[in-house]
Amino acid sequence: MLELAWLILVFPALGALVNLFVGDKLGERGIHLAASFAVVLSFVVSLGLFFGLSGLDAHHRTVTVHLWDWITIGSFSAPAALLIDPLSVTMALIVTGVGALIHIYAGGYMHGEQNYQRFFVYLNFFILAMLVLILSNNFVGMFVGWEGVGLASYLLIGFYFDRQDESYGHYADAGKKAFLVNRIGDFGMMLAVFLIWTGVGSVVFEEVFAGAGALTTGAATAICLLLLLAATGKSAQLPLFVWLPDAMAGPTPVSALIHAATMVTAGIYMIARTHVLWELAPAAGSLAAWVGGLTALLAASIALTQVDLKKILAYSTISQLGFMMLGVGVGAYAFAIFHLVTHAFFKALLFLAAGNVMHGLPDGELDIRKMGNLRAKMPTTYILFLIGASALAGLPLLSGFFSKDGILLHVANHNILLYLIGLFTALLTAFYSFRAVFMAFWGEARDQHIHEHAHESPAIMTRPLWVLAALAVVGGVLNLPFWLMMEHYLEPAVGAPAFHASVPMELVLLVVSALVAIAGVGLAYGRYVKGPATGAGRFSTGITKLLSPLEPIARNKWYVDEIYAAWIVNPLLELAKWFSQVVDQGVVDGAVNLVGQANLAVGGALRKVHNGLVPTYALSLFFGVVAILLWLVIGG
Amino acid sequence: MLSILTFLPLLGAIIVLLAPSDSLKKGLAFGATVVTFVVSLLLLPGWQEIPDMQFVERYAWMPDLNIYYHLGVDGISLWLVLLTTLLMPIAVAFSNQHVKQNIGGYLALMLLMETAVLGVFLALDLVLFYVFWEFSLIPMAFLIGKWGSENRIYAAIKFFLYTLAGSALMLVAILALYFQAGTFNLLELQSAGLPPGIQQLAFLAFALAFAIKVPLFPFHTWLPDAHVEAPTAGSVILAGVLLKLGTYGFLRFALPLFPAAVANYSSLISVLAIVGILYGALVALAQRDLKSLVAYSSVAHMGFVVLGIFALNEQAISGAVLQMVSHGLSTGALFLMVGMLYERRHTRLMKDYGGLWASVPIFSFFFLVVVMSSAGLPGLNGFVGEFTILLGTYASSPIFAVLGAAGVILAAWYLLHAFRQVAQGALTNPANFKENLPDLNWKEIGQLVPIVLLFFAIGLAPNFFLDKINPSVAALEVVQSPAVGDEWLVDSSFQPLHDFDNNPLTTIH
Repeated sequence: MLELAWLILVFPALGALVNLFVGDKLGERGIHLAASFAVVLSFVVSLGLFFGLSGLDAHHRTVTVHLWDWITIGSFSAPAALLIDPLSVTMALIVTGVGALIHIYAGGYMHGEQNYQRFFVYLNFFILAMLVLILSNNFVGMFVGWEGVGLASYLLIGFYFDRQDESYGHYADAGKKAFLVNRIGDFGMMLAVFLIWTGVGSVVFEEVFAGAGALTTGAATAICLLLLLAATGKSAQLPLFVWLPDAMAGPTPVSALIHAATMVTAGIYMIARTHVLWELAPAAGSLAAWVGGLTALLAASIALTQVDLKKILAYSTISQLGFMMLGVGVGAYAFAIFHLVTHAFFKALLFLAAGNVMHGLPDGELDIRKMGNLRAKMPTTYILFLIGASALAGLPLLSGFFSKDGILLHVANHNILLYLIGLFTALLTAFYSFRAVFMAFWGEARDQHIHEHAHESPAIMTRPLWVLAALAVVGGVLNLPFWLMMEHYLEPAVGAPAFHASVPMELVLLVVSALVAIAGVGLAYGRYVKGPATGAGRFSTGITKLLSPLEPIARNKWYVDEIYAAWIVNPLLELAKWFSQVVDQGVVDGAVNLVGQANLAVGGALRKVHNGLVPTYALSLFFGVVAILLWLVIGG
Repeated sequence: MLSILTFLPLLGAIIVLLAPSDSLKKGLAFGATVVTFVVSLLLLPGWQEIPDMQFVERYAWMPDLNIYYHLGVDGISLWLVLLTTLLMPIAVAFSNQHVKQNIGGYLALMLLMETAVLGVFLALDLVLFYVFWEFSLIPMAFLIGKWGSENRIYAAIKFFLYTLAGSALMLVAILALYFQAGTFNLLELQSAGLPPGIQQLAFLAFALAFAIKVPLFPFHTWLPDAHVEAPTAGSVILAGVLLKLGTYGFLRFALPLFPAAVANYSSLISVLAIVGILYGALVALAQRDLKSLVAYSSVAHMGFVVLGIFALNEQAISGAVLQMVSHGLSTGALFLMVGMLYERRHTRLMKDYGGLWASVPIFSFFFLVVVMSSAGLPGLNGFVGEFTILLGTYASSPIFAVLGAAGVILAAWYLLHAFRQVAQGALTNPANFKENLPDLNWKEIGQLVPIVLLFFAIGLAPNFFLDKINPSVAALEVVQSPAVGDEWLVDSSFQPLHDFDNNPLTTIH
């Protein structure tokens, strides 16, 4: 079975090609069927790989499937080969599993869309690129997928390439921004690979990790810092997170699949994959943890202030990715991957439910201030959204509760200040999740026109969500405290954690996490449902108002975009203009033309020499040759 | 074999001039370039993956002066020859569709140019090389001067004089080498080992000629003028093939003949290459004319090739050779597509376009693929060369690689900017509406498809190409193995835990 692993790539590739070339003859149903079927088949292959791998002894669950020699020059060699191990199989199951559900859902969501065919070509291409990213057995192959998913993301963010509105500006610009910000991260990735190759002499993961012990701490730290730069791009962390909120310009299934469940977790995957290097560079790991913690806090603070449902979820994604980054930073790789998995379930669910809201409201309204009491109009979507929000908030026993708590447990052991930041962020998370629930689905309808036209979505757009909802609820069993099934499963790929919590500590932290989540939900309930008329309402409003001095700055996203525009983008554009108009036209080309004119002038003076007499020419030729010979004799 | 290849286009040119009707001229010219391409493909079946010259031909030409008609091909020139013979029929097909005025003369000049360029890539005698080198200028200057846009005379003269002036000193240097070693034979000169003093001066003379041709910053200003004024097929050949004459010259002549000088000047030239990469990219970003944007992108991209050559190790130089081919394909395709737009709308300003994805989806799809290829997207052709160039450069001088890699970010910026301006955004200008702007026809698709297929072939199976390039590159005298295991990087006392020889990891082939 394992030697057939390449089939996992063939299906989405075929799906994309079929729809690209003959999609216009297939019609909507045919296109949707081909695209979804391709991903379902890939999911079946992933299952096959999972069982094939499970059949092996735990220490031999690392299998390389060599496809062909890709780039070979002298001592440099990058093969096209797949690495099948517990980590890559876990990722493949999520990508193809969640991917298949979202493909099915998108058939309904994109119904009647002008560029239906193009959409599914892109979506299949994304699955292909993502699988290349997670399955490649070397850094360069991973980079192919890394930039490939970037292209898919670029194309899908700019899917409505002719649209423009207040929330996103030109949609095409949002795609361009995503690609370019990610290229900054890719710059780090490229340099990291160069450094690894010059240090270890290989780019193949297993060979690099076997030889990594030879790296000095300085070299390992430099490599990891460059990889961290790459991860901050793809996984939308400080300082490169700015592209992700704009990426919501893409159709909602894209936001769910690419910009929540899978692609944005690539940075986390990459760090877990390269954990051997990170263990050699504790300083880089600490920095990653701080980057993750601060990103989680900052993004959660912005999520509190947003009124666009998708943007709330976008900032929430950045914040949750921050939790994962915090996890890998403190060496809790298995828990970071666990949170990646549960987050894929509940965040995909939330986005798709938000897609249903958008689909069911006139003009695709997303402003939660104009909603209210939607549970009356779309009860199924309400339940689905509520389940997703509860898992995101980390309410006890749901999937998000266990995965987030696992990360916080390791953080508490690492650095108490970071733990408190994480815990506070968890409080904010619970609050903003239920702020969205209460404002959109509870209370009075605030806009009668919108409320009248609101309707529930068709079955194709709710059924796949029930699968995600079920997983969001029970996903925690994958890695329950004390049993730690997933941690043991991933151990051959990401190593055993350096730290095991004592039972009392584990229990205390679980209770604290549960209380924080409940407190967050309670505060949101008091402020947005009870209102200032009641004591509970006044209490929670009072508490939450403590943060109000920060509200304007958070609402403006801490001015990060503005700072980048003023300090980096505009100066570069000015420089480009100055280079083009002054330096190139004026100085460089001016000098060339000056030489030309000087020659004309000299030529005029020398015209007398050109008297047309052959002996004169012969004489000058003779002198020329003599001069050259002289120069040779003297100079040589 | 190589003589047939070189002079087939010349024969074609004569026949085209004699042919009675325009349609016959068109057919004959296309036929001649296709036959030349097929003949060039015959190099592949008998190819040996060795460093030496293959298919060598040598006849006395002016034996008194020791001048020979001497041709040969190796891994460095092979793909450049094939690039030339592939781009020619495409350029001719485009011209057949669009050139109205004096088509016979136009096609004859194109064919003459093919002979000249192939001669440059194949010549192993310095005099023969110089003759082909100078001869390649003339057809291009006429193509620009006669079939160009408004400012064509200025651009043609600038192109001609600038590059001519650059090669004058090279002629002097060639003569100096002859007086020193008594031969014009490249291979003999290589083994002769020239005195360092001569090497320094001769290198500078050769380097100036090549730097202008590449063009290396700050010798690049003829390029945007020539490109903007040149007819489309002229631009395709200029960017696709003629610029490679410069980088090919560095590799074929400057590196093997003057190793002592190369060691002295490699840092200076690398710095100029990096300035070209960054400066070229920023200037490209500021352009409003699509064609000059592509022209400046060539300055940046050719900077990568030069950077790779002067990193002086296998990875970077093999990457540079492959990148020459990749750039020829990507930029050739970019100019071709700009030409397709221009023939429809008679404007090259990006502001006149916008939203074309809605009106001409096939054009936009190809444009996207070509833009991504040029931006070095992994999986397509541009990445392989760019990556290995930077990898090799990093091994010999990290700071150059860091700066070069920054150029990769900028490349994405100006290319996506161009795509954004042309294909994305709202479709507002009625001249761009579906009913006024026809999408690509089958002939145009036929011109693009071979190039796009090669994007994927090079991107996914680069070893097919590299296996033939590597032996010749590894044999260059100046090539050093990169220093794997720097002291700063690794602790030499380390013993790996895993014993790969006795305990191999599970691998399925």
